[in-house]
Amino acid sequence: MAMTAADIESAIRAALPDAQIVITDLAGDGDHYAARVISAAFTGLPRVRQHQMVYNALGGRMGGELHALQLTTSIPASGDKA
Amino acid sequence: MTDPVQARIATLVGNNDVVLFMKGTPLFPQCGFSSTAVQILERLAVGYESVDVLSDPEVRAGIKTYSDWPTVPQLYIKGEFVGGSDIMMEMYSSGELDAMLDELGVARED
Repeated sequence: MAMTAADIESAIRAALPDAQIVITDLAGDGDHYAARVISAAFTGLPRVRQHQMVYNALGGRMGGELHALQLTTSIPASGDKA
Repeated sequence: MTDPVQARIATLVGNNDVVLFMKGTPLFPQCGFSSTAVQILERLAVGYESVDVLSDPEVRAGIKTYSDWPTVPQLYIKGEFVGGSDIMMEMYSSGELDAMLDELGVARED
C-alpha cells in the first residue's frame, strides 16, 4: 500500500509537532513525493541527523512502502513563527 | 565488527576515499536518485568506487543498518557517511561538497 501525502504529513507531525511541512506528489502516482520540513528540532544538527529524524518518524516505511521521498530539511528563520 | 557483511562494507568504505553505494552502475544507473548522485560526482571530477547493491543483496540490506539510513544511494568520503542524493544535491548546489573534497584532500581528475 502506498502512503498518501496526508499519511506522510501526520507521521512527521507526530514526531516533530512544531514542523512546517509541505508535501508534493511529484509524479501524481502516490509513490514519489517531495517533502520540505522546517523544524526548530533540527537546530544544531548535521543534515544527516535531520533527515534521520524524519525517516525515523516514518517508522521504517521509507525505502519500503514509501519508495521515493525527496527530502529537504531546515530550521525556521530567526523571527519566524512556526 | 563480527557481521561479515558489515565488515565488508567497512573495508570498502575504509579503503577508498570516495565510495558510492548505488542501484546499477555509473554507466547504467537503475534509479533516478542513483543517477543524480553519479552526475554530481562526475561534475566534481572526483574518482570514486561504486558498489551496485542490486547485484549484491547482502550489501543492499547491510548498508541500511551500517549508517542507519534507509535508502540508496549513499555517499561516503574518507570513511564518513555524507548522505543520500538529496543531501548530495544540496551540498553540491551550495558548493559545500566541492569544498569538503578539497578540505579532505580528495584527488580530482582533470
